[in-house]
Amino acid sequence: MAALRTTSRLFAATRPVFKSQTRAMATVMGTAKTGVVSPSKTTTAKEPAADADSKIKTFHIYRWNPDEPSTKPRMQSYTLDLNKTGPMMLDALIRIKNEVDPTLTFRRSCREGICGSCAMNIDGVNTLACLCRIPTDTKQESKIYPLPHTYVVKDIVPDLTQFYKQYKSIKPYLQKTTPAPNGKEYLQSKEERKKLDGLYECILCACCSTSCPSYWWNSEEYLGPAVLMQSYRWIADSRDENKEERKAQLDNSMSLYRCHTILNCSRTCPKGLNPGKAIAEIKKEMAF
Amino acid sequence: MKHSGLQREVLALYRTCLRESRKKPANTRLHFESYARTEFDKSIGLDKKDFGAIEYLLRKGQRQLEMYSAPGIKDIR
Repeated sequence: MAALRTTSRLFAATRPVFKSQTRAMATVMGTAKTGVVSPSKTTTAKEPAADADSKIKTFHIYRWNPDEPSTKPRMQSYTLDLNKTGPMMLDALIRIKNEVDPTLTFRRSCREGICGSCAMNIDGVNTLACLCRIPTDTKQESKIYPLPHTYVVKDIVPDLTQFYKQYKSIKPYLQKTTPAPNGKEYLQSKEERKKLDGLYECILCACCSTSCPSYWWNSEEYLGPAVLMQSYRWIADSRDENKEERKAQLDNSMSLYRCHTILNCSRTCPKGLNPGKAIAEIKKEMAF
Repeated sequence: MKHSGLQREVLALYRTCLRESRKKPANTRLHFESYARTEFDKSIGLDKKDFGAIEYLLRKGQRQLEMYSAPGIKDIR
């Protein structure tokens, strides 16, 4: 039954797709003849409406092209039939890029929530596009923006240079001077290993840091939830011998204590981690 | 003429670009200088009240300067 349905869907899909392709060709040729088409004329790209039971949903996507710095960012609308699109937001984006508008730019890689490339602001929530289901309510239009308060490289690609610089500054690697007792590897007990659960899974997608108002206003000095959680991951590690130095590095008014337990970080984390708790643990270690 | 803060930032960037090109080998120095000039010339027609665009170009310029001022880079075309 299911197989039958999919094949019939595929069959239905072939013709309209072909049509949209020819249309796209025609517009490209038109552009070549007349020169530049003003953005107001090109903003809405539609695919032909197929049949009655198609679920047409509108996506509004933030567009900005760095090659024309004096043109303002704008929202571009795309309509897709959800019956022919995969279930996730990333599927919709990839389909728009493949079939409607190849100039749409976004980062993506693993499409299963393990690389953290496709972090963006979808319907007001920072999340990974590959882990975010498209709401099936077709009346509601989806809005997609880049991560808030980041410099934009292009369209929905944020500039994370500052974020990575801060991550580098906490020295995210094992620091040890004494050699291993058995001459091979550093061992941990099961309890010690357990402390790292909920910390090591972080994929550094920057969803939490860019959702933190404190980080918006002080991103130069405040490290932000993602980096602080990684800092705690190394402070909590039983094998690391540089604990005191790591804590001393955070012991100023900006690096750590700009966290005012707003907890947007824990609410938004697409991996279900709890950076707020990790920061609280660092504060506790500093105090006692 | 008195310059605004943003204008001074642009001029400072231009100056550091030319200064950095002094550190390059004598025979390729002119390439770096002309590259910096053409990059600035590209956006010479920019509206001077378009702060967003100017600030973006400044950031881009800083990034490029950082990259090209690395001692490993000997020539530019």
